[in-house]
Amino acid sequence: MIDFELSEEQQMIRDSVGAFARDEIRPAARPADESGAIPAPLVAKAWQFGFVSGAIPEKFGGGGDARSAVTGAIVAEELGFGDLSIAIHVLAPRLFAYPIVDMGTDDQRAKYLKRFSGADFAAATAAVMEPRFDFDLSALQVSARRDGGGFVLNGAKCYVPLAAESDSMLVYAATDAAKGFAGVDGFIVPRAAAGVTVSEREKNMGLKALATYELTLKDCRVGADARVGGDKGIDFSRLMSQSRVAFAALGVGVMNAAFEYARDYAKERKAFGVPIATKQAIAFILADMAIEIDAARLLVWEAAFKLDKGGDGLRESYLAKNYVAQSALKLTDNGVQVLGGHGYIREHPVEMWLRNARGFSAIDGIATV
Amino acid sequence: MIDFELEPQVLNQLKMYHMVSEQMMRPISRDCDEHEHQKPTQFYESMWAASAAAADIQIGHDKSKKPDASKPAAPRRANLLTVLSTEELCWGDAGLYLSTPNPGLGGAAVMAAGTPDQKERFLKRFKEGKPKWGAMAITEPGFGSDSSAVATTATRDGDNWVLDGTKIFVTAGQMAAEKSDGFVVVWATVDRSAGRAGIKPFIVEHNTPGMSVTRVENKLGIRASDTAMIVLDNCRIPLDQILGSAEVRKEGGFKDVMATFDATRPIVAAMALGVGRAALDFVRDFLKQQNVAIRYGISPRRLTAVERDFMEMEVQLQAARLLTWRAAWMLDTGKRNSLEASMAKAKAGLAVTLITQKAVELLGPLGYSRKILVEKWMRDAKINDIFEGTQQINMIIIARRILNYSSKELN
Ligand SMILES: Cc1cc2nc3c(=O)[nH]c(=O)nc-3n(C[C@H](O)[C@H](O)[C@H](O)COP(=O)(O)OP(=O)(O)OC[C@H]3O[C@@H](n4cnc5c(N)ncnc54)[C@H](O)[C@@H]3O)c2cc1C
Repeated sequence: MIDFELSEEQQMIRDSVGAFARDEIRPAARPADESGAIPAPLVAKAWQFGFVSGAIPEKFGGGGDARSAVTGAIVAEELGFGDLSIAIHVLAPRLFAYPIVDMGTDDQRAKYLKRFSGADFAAATAAVMEPRFDFDLSALQVSARRDGGGFVLNGAKCYVPLAAESDSMLVYAATDAAKGFAGVDGFIVPRAAAGVTVSEREKNMGLKALATYELTLKDCRVGADARVGGDKGIDFSRLMSQSRVAFAALGVGVMNAAFEYARDYAKERKAFGVPIATKQAIAFILADMAIEIDAARLLVWEAAFKLDKGGDGLRESYLAKNYVAQSALKLTDNGVQVLGGHGYIREHPVEMWLRNARGFSAIDGIATV
Repeated sequence: MIDFELEPQVLNQLKMYHMVSEQMMRPISRDCDEHEHQKPTQFYESMWAASAAAADIQIGHDKSKKPDASKPAAPRRANLLTVLSTEELCWGDAGLYLSTPNPGLGGAAVMAAGTPDQKERFLKRFKEGKPKWGAMAITEPGFGSDSSAVATTATRDGDNWVLDGTKIFVTAGQMAAEKSDGFVVVWATVDRSAGRAGIKPFIVEHNTPGMSVTRVENKLGIRASDTAMIVLDNCRIPLDQILGSAEVRKEGGFKDVMATFDATRPIVAAMALGVGRAALDFVRDFLKQQNVAIRYGISPRRLTAVERDFMEMEVQLQAARLLTWRAAWMLDTGKRNSLEASMAKAKAGLAVTLITQKAVELLGPLGYSRKILVEKWMRDAKINDIFEGTQQINMIIIARRILNYSSKELN
């Protein structure tokens, strides 16, 4: 039955994560963008929320929470409202942990999940994207060839968050390129493994506070036990749908940040003797932003809801993410426009949001709910 | 708890509406479009018979019913069901939907502004006898968007109100005023100096002397629906046919117009959704026949232009739909929804205008041809971005709400 109300628990989560994003992440966002470094105490504080450990089974010291993509989307939106780089950073260990929670073998769970139940941030990551213009999740070019009992990985990955500080990462590779999503497997690869090279830190237009790296795999051998889920493998399509929901939700947060900032500015800033917000040309931009935020959020929630109900959510999450990729760009651009020349100056955050939002069309797979 | 699922009962109900669309509307759709003022009486009769059998769904905020403490309150869903069924019927034909014998916008005004006694007195006719129509007349030659400029006057004269003025663009005006035992809700001012507060709704019964339909418009689309000019010339009606109170209060009658819009804007949004879905369904089936696959999940940089366009149509429609459901759900759950109703209307009106235009484009020469209905849907769709507040008027309402501005500060 159609309902648009959050549960009490979701409301509480939204409020507390929202307050953290507003009061602590936001003030750190600009300095982090300029310096390229996220303060460790902030990351530690975020860790306390249990964004990662909450979903680790109790058996391994975690919260054992039942996961919900809708709740995950709510959290991601709030964090994205704070700052996109910091959000992706603090959520990154999920990229390694969640697929193992959901689809790993008992041995893999026992071996890898405990580290996420401790008091300190445990860096971990996944390598999904590849450095090609038509990079396609359903047609990965990094390959995993069976070799005796194990696999040999070859190819290049990019936009791997926190690769330099993660001991282990999950590398997605095609075991059977003809099968699309179904031919993809996830492999647990130690950073120190032979054949693995982590590049210098990538330099991007936005997301400057997020440390991402290229990863080269050259005849990198892993054992059969490195394959997530063993012979059963993983449901890569589902993982990517979860990722799209996460990205779309992060995007709604960025949109909302730009909207609030532009709205407040427009009520203060005067031109021709009146607040610019009293001019329709500005007011209509703001009204359109408000509509698009709600529209995007509802699309994201619907896609998340489909996942929670056990559906594959492929179409919904794909459409929602692509929608947000466009709207987030449009809205952050609006944010700059409403501030005029002042929007172009790095004193204000809107130019940073525009640079960050452009990333949604390029980036996939490196956040999850 | 967030939920986007329609339960089986509702889906079954919607299947019935869909059948009505497929079997009663689509077959006469083109003919009614080509022969603008010809009345599909058989269709009216069938719809009348069908609606008499259906439960009377009441839209808007339900202030009349006190909750019965002894029973767990069943969630109210009238508004949600209304937008769902409206989409389904406008998938069939939006013009025919608007021409269906029912209380229409006139009924919505009675529900929003009438006393319990008036609701009973004026609406019970829709459950008995021959097909009837209700209509609502605000718009005049001198204004449309600025509804505070009502120039039609209502003057007290003994036991009567006397109405004088000209109304235009009255949907189902001809059917309500002259061709059935219906009524027209006429908005008129009892005190021009009082501005908005002086504007009140009056029930004018069919064939009241002094009321005449002087013109029926020829239109771009929704041609099955009559759009009438109604002249009120010394038109006398009983005193008790003012809806609500005659008293001119500061916060007076105009609030009732606004309350009506809270309920009717999601319905207009749902009308748009129906037309948009008709076009989308057609294009989807067509592409399938042509073996053009829509590949969800691949790199956006590998999508063809057709795939991109189709997906854009699809997601825009869904975004508009979710906003519409939310606006209706808010009414059902007793939440103030003026902002959300305008968001739904603004989004759906524009999105579907563009979706249907794109559908014509995607189908090439076939899309432009009157052999199929897609070009008609493009013409039908456009009205949803105009009536019940144009795109711009709804944007003003949204802007005022998010900026916390009065109508003086932003207009
Ligand atoms: C088929 C049809 C059926 C209708 N049915 C009914 C009915 O049943 N009952 C009824 O009362 N009316 C009805 N209407 C009237 C309809 O509600 C009006 O046409 C509509 O409100 C717009 O008014 P207008 O046509 O006078 O345009 P105008 O108010 O003259 O507007 C012209 C343009 O200016 C824009 N504009 C106006 N004010 C502003 C502003 N402040 N800021 C920015 N832009 C502005 C508008 O958005 C529009 O683009 C119907 C109209 C049609 C075409």
